[in-house]
Amino acid sequence: MSVTTQDHAHDHHDHKPGFVVRWLCSTNHKDIGTLYLLFAVVGGTVGGALSEIMRAQLNFAGNHVVDSGQEWNTIVTAHGLLMIFFSVMPALIGGFGNWFIPLMIGAPDMAFPRLNNISFWMLPPAFILICTGLLLGESGSGWTLYPPLSNATYEPGPGMDCTLFALHLAGISSLLGAMNFITTIFNMRAPGMTLHKMPLFVWSELVTAFLLLLSIPVLAGAITMLICDRNFGTSFFDPAGGGDPVLFQHLFWFFGHPEVYIMILPGFGIVSHVVSTFSKKPIFGYLGMAYAMVAIGAVGFVVWAHHMFVSGISVDTRAYFMAATFVIAVPTGVKIFSWIATMWGGSIELKTPMLWAIGMIFVFTIGGVTGIVLANAGIDQIVHNTYYVVAHFHYVLSLGAVFSIFCGFYYWIGKMSGHQYPEFWGKVHFWLTFIGVNLTFFPQHFLGLAGMPRRYPDYPEAFVGWNFVSSIGAYIGGVALLVFFYVLYRTFTSKEHLADNYWGEGATSLEWSLPSPPPFHTYAELPLIR
Amino acid sequence: MQDFRRFKAALVTLWLLPLVMPGGAAHAQAPTPWEMGMQPAFSPVKQQIIALHDFVLVIITLITLFVGALLAWVMYRYNAKSNPVPGRATHNTILEVAWTVIPVLILVVMAIPSFRLVYYEDRTFDPDLTIKVTGHQWYWEYTYPDKGNIDFSSYLIPDDQLKPGQLRLLAVDHPLVVPVNKNIRILETSSDVIHSFFIPSLGVQRYAIPGRTIETWVRVEKPGTYYGECNQICGTNHSRMPIEVHAVTAQEFEAWLVEAKKQFANTTEPAPGYMAGEARPQAPLLTAANEVQH
Repeated sequence: MSVTTQDHAHDHHDHKPGFVVRWLCSTNHKDIGTLYLLFAVVGGTVGGALSEIMRAQLNFAGNHVVDSGQEWNTIVTAHGLLMIFFSVMPALIGGFGNWFIPLMIGAPDMAFPRLNNISFWMLPPAFILICTGLLLGESGSGWTLYPPLSNATYEPGPGMDCTLFALHLAGISSLLGAMNFITTIFNMRAPGMTLHKMPLFVWSELVTAFLLLLSIPVLAGAITMLICDRNFGTSFFDPAGGGDPVLFQHLFWFFGHPEVYIMILPGFGIVSHVVSTFSKKPIFGYLGMAYAMVAIGAVGFVVWAHHMFVSGISVDTRAYFMAATFVIAVPTGVKIFSWIATMWGGSIELKTPMLWAIGMIFVFTIGGVTGIVLANAGIDQIVHNTYYVVAHFHYVLSLGAVFSIFCGFYYWIGKMSGHQYPEFWGKVHFWLTFIGVNLTFFPQHFLGLAGMPRRYPDYPEAFVGWNFVSSIGAYIGGVALLVFFYVLYRTFTSKEHLADNYWGEGATSLEWSLPSPPPFHTYAELPLIR
Repeated sequence: MQDFRRFKAALVTLWLLPLVMPGGAAHAQAPTPWEMGMQPAFSPVKQQIIALHDFVLVIITLITLFVGALLAWVMYRYNAKSNPVPGRATHNTILEVAWTVIPVLILVVMAIPSFRLVYYEDRTFDPDLTIKVTGHQWYWEYTYPDKGNIDFSSYLIPDDQLKPGQLRLLAVDHPLVVPVNKNIRILETSSDVIHSFFIPSLGVQRYAIPGRTIETWVRVEKPGTYYGECNQICGTNHSRMPIEVHAVTAQEFEAWLVEAKKQFANTTEPAPGYMAGEARPQAPLLTAANEVQH
């Protein structure tokens, strides 16, 4: 496209500020995106270390890696919150979103650069607060934070308050980010780029931003009430004062269910780009793909009580939430089949990003169909809160969302850094991860069906077998993470010079018209989209 | 080296586990090693759950295999070597309608038995017996309101006091005793935090929530012992408050009632829940338990 030469011409204007101003007071969407990605690596590594500790404890029955149940519950809580708020969300939304929304829509930067900066800098203090709760061992409520277990009687220490305030900070961060994304996407598209010409990744981030905008305030309300219950003598969730513990569950899941789509939708966007690029074909059924995401987002708001089938909600309510949840399978199916149709007739190159994308489609399908089992309120009566649930949400998130993060990493790292990853080690990373995570989570379906409850530090001997297999898988997954660090090392020490569009004809979105890495300021003159 | 030996020993134990587990005990329905599906059904609700799950499992397995096969096919047939020139097709209305409508039809087919099961599971009308279950940190309290308010608490048997044949983390001191082939209404509540009363082989699960009474039901079809566990995170001993149910014939149940009225006659108020954050050591916890019951 015509923008390429212009941006090269502007290279000499490309003066970067000094280190402190550039990284601590950054207003540049690319630098903020980089900060988010680095932060996600830190959060994911800490959360991953916690999962290795948990799998070591569950390796055998009666193990003593983690001795107290309270300590165990705190680790469970921190693992969940770290992975969601401090790894998957920063990577997919803050990281890739900040980097590529402006580049893909031809905008010079985000609409509110300073807001962008503060939304990132909310996260490190939140991270410190979460870790404080973990180290104090006082936030053993599970990531769902259900009172009364999370109220002042049963979790009296300040650690629980730290965790709640961490969520407030992370929530404000996401909320500000969402406003910024929506404003940018609606107002700063290059001339000629209508909504229906917008790349699918931008569509996915737009839907995600709306989900954040509508769901985070509900979480904020719930945890504010919880903080008041804990510290200021209110009784929103305390039956002794006229409150109701189930109210919290409704509020939490009104946020919590859209939250799981918040984590997977940007992944859908990335996978769409990668599948199209490496099949050398435009995406199949573009409008269907875009509106499938809108539909998933919309329906995602009216299914929350399927997390509460055994909380004593009435039978008609259970029937409704079951039916509504089934509906989500339809747009999700449209996406899966459209990806396959994109590959159909293509000329597929199985480079590392494409491996992650195909892997993501497959594991997400498994996670999706077990979701149908769980959506059955009748069956859920017996699999609710068991390892079947753990297996299901790790298949869609730990596999689905994390695969799409790595997919985006391998796809764009050359564009972001100007250094290409080593193909061989990228593939080693993929296969080790694929084997490791499937070995970890597939047997957990069996454990769940047989009746093993989640959040157990110790279990009856009958469950040893599959737990043992699962732990072996987790260790393999841990080794895969080390391979990823080696890939990072090799990438950033590589001397290879990268072309603007190093993936060739299949990569058609606007970021491929820019140099790799793009200059500090892009689109000094707006590109014209025809 | 020590670790490695331990690892090897563990591997050997794993494979021998099915042989040494007390699976042969009379009608004891506990999870079994390497179990890959649901525990067998001993109540009509669980039978229907298994039937529906088997049906859904077939559908989802076919869907997964179908998607897997399509992915494998496109990778084989349309890789850059076999198909160097990519096509340009981006629309096919019939196909797009098909992959929207067919999933809808599959879901409708699945929804019909699902709705039937949800309503069947809901409650029993005309119950023969009502049992009130109260969750506590970390034990269950059982009350028989229509049998003279018999009330007792049920604690885990700690690892070092297990008798041969008792299952670790499943056996309790005073199991819940119920008659077979009677419709039993279960009313649940909690005195402290949320627990979940979960018996896989009987198809029972409801939260026990403070300030609420939640109803479910069970009809046990065969005399025997059935095990369950607390299934909602409830503090430090979440994994140490199992459920053991003895299902007996009507005559045995009547005899037990007489016995139980005497045994639990002096039951004082149930022990208050331990304060949270106070990870009590095992021994005092058990002492407290014994004091309550006798």
